[in-house]
Amino acid sequence: MIILLASIGWASIHLARAQNLPFISGGGGLITSTNGGNTTYLPIIAPSLVAPLGDHLLVESRASIVDSFFPRGNGQPGYKHDAFLGLSYLQADVIANRNLTLVAGEFLTPFGTYNERLSPIWISNFEDAPLIFSLGTMSTASSVGGMLRGSAFSSDKVDLDYAAYFSVASTNQQFNAERSTGGRASVYLPNARLEAGLSVGRLLQGTRENYIGTHLWWEPAQSNLRLRSEYARGPHAQGYWVEADYRCLRFHGENSMIGRFEPVLRVQQTFRSQPDSEDGLPAADTQKVDFALDYHLPHEVRINTSYSRQLSSTGNRNIWQTGIVYRFLIPTWRGR
Amino acid sequence: MTRMNALILATCFLSVLGSLMAQSAPTATDHPNKVQKDHPATSGTASRGERVFQQNCSRCHNAPQGFPPQISGTILRHMRVRASLSGADEKALLHFMNP
Repeated sequence: MIILLASIGWASIHLARAQNLPFISGGGGLITSTNGGNTTYLPIIAPSLVAPLGDHLLVESRASIVDSFFPRGNGQPGYKHDAFLGLSYLQADVIANRNLTLVAGEFLTPFGTYNERLSPIWISNFEDAPLIFSLGTMSTASSVGGMLRGSAFSSDKVDLDYAAYFSVASTNQQFNAERSTGGRASVYLPNARLEAGLSVGRLLQGTRENYIGTHLWWEPAQSNLRLRSEYARGPHAQGYWVEADYRCLRFHGENSMIGRFEPVLRVQQTFRSQPDSEDGLPAADTQKVDFALDYHLPHEVRINTSYSRQLSSTGNRNIWQTGIVYRFLIPTWRGR
Repeated sequence: MTRMNALILATCFLSVLGSLMAQSAPTATDHPNKVQKDHPATSGTASRGERVFQQNCSRCHNAPQGFPPQISGTILRHMRVRASLSGADEKALLHFMNP
């Protein structure tokens, strides 16, 4: 790790051009979650490092530093806490040509859209991931190995992109992954502002299992409305989520008091066909409705509030969450 | 959660909210590279860059309110990998962010 960071620093100093300095990005914040009357506090910081090395190589990594404070339980007063430090990914990207990028290292598993696009705390509209998040992402959400990805075709009328990966099994605490393979292909129609995609995954260790998923995103033109949805199916369960969010920009612009609001609605369902304690989905069929009201403050600060109602034969629950998240984006040093 | 904890948390929350609301929003001059999401493009390349931005960046996240120009190329390369941009789209987007 030290050698890697030293290499990044040396190469970046000598090779960085006016616009290619490494930067640190990410988010930090405080999240609270009240579930069944118990409140958990989650101070979190998730920094990302992105460093170009020359014209065709990029090294990037994201870590999560979390300290969760939760009630002791069993009638005991007070809180206890658990600290966690983990890498979400540490990858080297080689831009081979205009249509192909080679990725090596630990990377986010390309299944569906949530893991790669929406999971950073400074992006996600809700503090909780969708119920089906673990389907296809092989529980760890990260893979260790190699990936081919890029834009297969791009024009004014259609974009096609792809990602295909192979992961080895790893039990290392920071690079935990299952032996698996899979990928995703998406088509985007710019005029309709519509994207559809198909994801597949196959677990190659223990019981061989197949996963399949689809996603559909649509942004009606000139509406500030975003509709996102995903469906995923595993060997023992399946489910979907549909999310709609609306940024109130039409009310006097993005810097007005009303224009900073962003109401979000997400509907989810999971269906269990066989018991499976390891796939990460609820043990029984579950319906969940999440409503969030996010507020975008100046200086890259956002307040998230949400209420969720989860209905299941194992019990109904109310979940209240609030959070304040700051997004940062800074160069590692001053350029020339 | 005790009432005292809730009161402390609410006080901190409202203090942060109040101080942030009291500040004005950053202007274009605060950061040289404020993304021009509110302004029409003026050239063919810029139009394509704006389209690429809307199709690949703002569909997932809001644009940063600004960033130093020294890192615009690195941001683009990161986006090229993450959003599977083509080389031409990367150049158009770089031109859009650095008019």
